[in-house]
Amino acid sequence: MVRTNWKVFEEDYWAISTTLQELLKNANAASVLLLDKTGQLISSVGEPPEFDMYSFASLCAADFEANAQLAKLIGEKDFSTLYHQGSNESMYLARVENNIILVVLFDKRTTLGLVRLRTKKAVDNLETVIRQLYDKLEYENEEMNEFDEEFAAEAELEIDTLFSD
Amino acid sequence: MSLINYSSREINVKIVYYGPGLCGKTSNIQYIYDKVSPDTKGKLITLATEMDRTLFFDFLPLELGTVKGFRTRFHLYTVPGQVYYDASRKLILRGVDGIVFVADSQKSRYDANIESVYNLHENLGEYNLKLDEIPYAIQYNKRDLPDIIAVDDLEQELNPQHLPSFEAVAVKGVGVFDTLKAVAKSVLRNLS
Repeated sequence: MVRTNWKVFEEDYWAISTTLQELLKNANAASVLLLDKTGQLISSVGEPPEFDMYSFASLCAADFEANAQLAKLIGEKDFSTLYHQGSNESMYLARVENNIILVVLFDKRTTLGLVRLRTKKAVDNLETVIRQLYDKLEYENEEMNEFDEEFAAEAELEIDTLFSD
Repeated sequence: MSLINYSSREINVKIVYYGPGLCGKTSNIQYIYDKVSPDTKGKLITLATEMDRTLFFDFLPLELGTVKGFRTRFHLYTVPGQVYYDASRKLILRGVDGIVFVADSQKSRYDANIESVYNLHENLGEYNLKLDEIPYAIQYNKRDLPDIIAVDDLEQELNPQHLPSFEAVAVKGVGVFDTLKAVAKSVLRNLS
């Protein structure tokens, strides 16, 4: 089941960023991204990629989901990690909790073994942070909501400006 | 499923274009891509077959700008319309915040529209969602073609709840932004 709504608060964001930074450094990776299964980018660290990260995140989520369906067809629950090898750039994807995907982009400065090892530890750390975040969302109160009538009015104005022939 | 990041002050929402094969979902996205200013759009991703039919999805990220301090983005997706790509459609609906149903107005596609609406209900059900709980608009596309069904008849069959509906000629851009605006506004209003 997908969470119906989801929010990342300041302290969770920093806890996530710290873990991603550590992974980046310890695995000697080029960049690390965290996204959810719907393809929304949560955070990224490392060398800013030349491609559009939002499109990349949506394709990663689709890739992971397509592989999960393949796993089911052969009788597996899912594939918790995926590896795509290129001649220069490679990527390693790992599932975090049920709804999050960690993506590590790396090149010849490191090895798959090291990336795999460091990713495993990062996944453990992230799972703790994400579980705490989920708990917080369960008890979220109204005061956290900044999206009032003023927000809606401002948003509508922006929409009219952006979407015009 | 909108993602709100309080730390980086970002909101990302997902809008999905649904409908039968060749109804004009990709034409909608293509028109939007061509018309919005370059600094507000990301790369248009199309996973299509050699025949230009959508295989998995089209994806277009759009940057709305900053609303009350939150950088707001829309992620537009289309689903593959062909009947046998149901698994892909189901996956793309995951975490949807708003839906545009593109109906093909041609008489010959009447049954395909009905089947697709039914399929949408069914697939939303898999995520415990109901159509009347999600921002939604229906677009009657291809209004410029001969041999089309009257809008009243389409409304009766495809939109008995009288949710917002728009007439369109997506390849020429007619009705494209009106439809998107209705759903986009409703999605952001839903946050408040």
